[in-house]
Amino acid sequence: MSTVAVLQGGRSLERQVSLKSGARVEDALQRLGHNAVAIDVGADLVSRLTDLRPDAVFVALHGRDGEDGTIQELLEVLGLPYTGSGVAACIRSWDKVLTKHLLRDEGIPTPDFHAFSETAFRELGAAQALPAIERQLDFPLVVKPAAQGSALGIKFARTAADVPAAIVSAFSYDRKVLLERYVPGRDLAVSIVEEDGSARALPIVEAVPEGRDFYDFEARYEIGRTRFVCPAELPSGAAERTQELAVAAYRALGCTGFARVDLMLHEDGELYVLEANSVPGLTETSLLPQAADAAGIGFDALVERILAIALSREPAGR
Amino acid sequence: MSGRQPPRSTAHDLERYAGLFAQRTKVMKSSAMRDLMALTERAEVISLAGGLPDTSTFPAETYAALMATVAEEACARALQYGPTEGFAVAAHAIAEVMAAEGMAVDEGELLITTGGQQVIDLVCKTLVDPGDVIVAEAPTYPGAVPTFCSYEADVVQIEVDEHGMQIDVLEETLDRLEREGRRPKFIYTIPTFQNPGGVTMSLPRRQRLVRIAHERELLVLEDNPYGLLRYEGEPLPTLYSMDGGEFVIYLGTFSKILSPGIRLGWAAAPRPVLQKMNLGKQAADLCSSSMTQLFVAEYFAARNWREYVNSLVGIYRGRRDAMLEALQAHFPHEAAWTEPEGGLFIWATLPDYIDTTDLLARALSENVAFVPGRAAYLDGRGGSSMRLNFSGSDEAAIREGVRRIGKVVAEQVGLYGTLTGAAPAPPAVADTPRPSGEVAEQLADVLQLPRRDRTGGRGRAESSDR
Repeated sequence: MSTVAVLQGGRSLERQVSLKSGARVEDALQRLGHNAVAIDVGADLVSRLTDLRPDAVFVALHGRDGEDGTIQELLEVLGLPYTGSGVAACIRSWDKVLTKHLLRDEGIPTPDFHAFSETAFRELGAAQALPAIERQLDFPLVVKPAAQGSALGIKFARTAADVPAAIVSAFSYDRKVLLERYVPGRDLAVSIVEEDGSARALPIVEAVPEGRDFYDFEARYEIGRTRFVCPAELPSGAAERTQELAVAAYRALGCTGFARVDLMLHEDGELYVLEANSVPGLTETSLLPQAADAAGIGFDALVERILAIALSREPAGR
Repeated sequence: MSGRQPPRSTAHDLERYAGLFAQRTKVMKSSAMRDLMALTERAEVISLAGGLPDTSTFPAETYAALMATVAEEACARALQYGPTEGFAVAAHAIAEVMAAEGMAVDEGELLITTGGQQVIDLVCKTLVDPGDVIVAEAPTYPGAVPTFCSYEADVVQIEVDEHGMQIDVLEETLDRLEREGRRPKFIYTIPTFQNPGGVTMSLPRRQRLVRIAHERELLVLEDNPYGLLRYEGEPLPTLYSMDGGEFVIYLGTFSKILSPGIRLGWAAAPRPVLQKMNLGKQAADLCSSSMTQLFVAEYFAARNWREYVNSLVGIYRGRRDAMLEALQAHFPHEAAWTEPEGGLFIWATLPDYIDTTDLLARALSENVAFVPGRAAYLDGRGGSSMRLNFSGSDEAAIREGVRRIGKVVAEQVGLYGTLTGAAPAPPAVADTPRPSGEVAEQLADVLQLPRRDRTGGRGRAESSDR
């Protein structure tokens, strides 16, 4: 039996989802016979961890702090083993721009893009480059904050006139925005969990928006407006290619333990990696647990495995 | 902790139950916005998002004395079930409140409910089959949206301007619906100090609305939680008082004049409708709290409830004024907002390129919150508006909260100006290209209110030299 601190909540915009993930992980750990201690992350985090001295920390935080490497850095300092990816992989996955550069450098396809900081627009006249960007990326184009865990702030720009407002919205979440070529096609998510030290892709989940002629990003997060199919029904060979590409992205980013990679399968059959999530949701409706279940790994077994990987790693604080 | 094991959990949970969920749950909303709203409850956040009255102004010793009296004189009754329609002693109190707004009511035509919210629910339960039309205002009370959705109503929203629901548009809409062979089941309105608009329906429009209801034999649900919270101007007659007991269902509540915690509201309605609602209430919760009904009866017996309401009016008037001043000082001149004569809310509309749901995320990082306008529409409109509450925070917090919102709005206005090549801040919005296509169509329909100039007068701001 181990004492496991389950970090959840916090101040991120995804606090609510994190509380659900955390509660579910806690229940699973209790059933597995561990001593699970929930910590709603706040100003007393370090003192609580110092007092508790857990054997491991389960990071069930989504969004800022929990997925951007901040918490991981603290846990390294405290010398506590923790679940999921390390500091560097979190930083790489959290920042979609950095992710896409790394993917491109590795020859992993990702939709064409340009990214700018607020300073570039305010002080360097980047706005004047917008027509050129629009010509290169074509319409519709997708505008998103460089870092934001959920679909918040993601907008479609159908014409040039939509772009400035979409950029303003994206800057509500981050100091950097990403303008990305839109990939028409199927929305796929590949969850990855390590097994015997190597990354294993779980069955693919497809998000199918219902009764809509265009893709509404919010629909994905509203039960009933999006149907999730697992395993996704894909043409022969496509599933294997999707999983291989997801594992390649996982490795390129240096993730460990588990993660989820989101991809688009273009109508013409090409695959593109959109992003990776270093702490994917673990709620009843989240994609990673669904994929694990389809692979015959129940939620408790999933939690046990993720914890075991954390405990088997070299002690943190190197 | 009980010894009960948490249920075995698998990733198939959702799917396992999904087959059991009723059709109506599919239209119940669960969205990213709701997750954002949950963050507004953090202690360090100045929340202008709630609709809370300030219950800290109610004297604790009065509360204690009233509860002691209830315990001493009616303990067994307070702890027991009561009649579905409520206690007669509480109905007397309701009759008094209605009389204060110029309404005479037969106590037999009252149904005491669990908050005003239950009236909305019971009216839907009594009248609405899936697909039936409800006519509501645009924007409408955000709390009514999930109720309408859960009865699978087709909600048609009628634009509101500074004189309330636009009755011309209502008539056109009713004609169109009639041509389509669809008869609305009821028209939902908050005519006085509307939530979220803050506007009040003019007397001529009230008269026309009642006339339309009579001519077309349509029911009107008049939601009037704030009528007694008037800070200036003369009271207008309620629709109920003009109707003669035929087509208006009246919704009242103690929430804003006494306490929302006691969960007591009421409906006054034509008897046949009320009888069906009574059956609906039996099914829902048998009766409302006996304890709080007796508390209310005791409170009204002391005969000084008006004094307390008057004290609230004084406090809220100061807060409204503080918010209006702060808006004037901190919001860009392209913004427009209502100047309510009463109630709890101001509705502010920003330039159409600002999405207030996204703005809320930014505002939360400055520890301030409001309700994004989309919450008041069922069709995605309202994206550039926000509802601001001034009753739940003190004047200093209101000033600081509005200042913080103004700061993030100014940032976005400046950025948009940079992006479109207009002057950085404040840009001349009228000169910038409007979003085209679908987006512009949606935005154009959002509540248009008179813009204020910086001198504080009404009317559209013409100048762009600021």
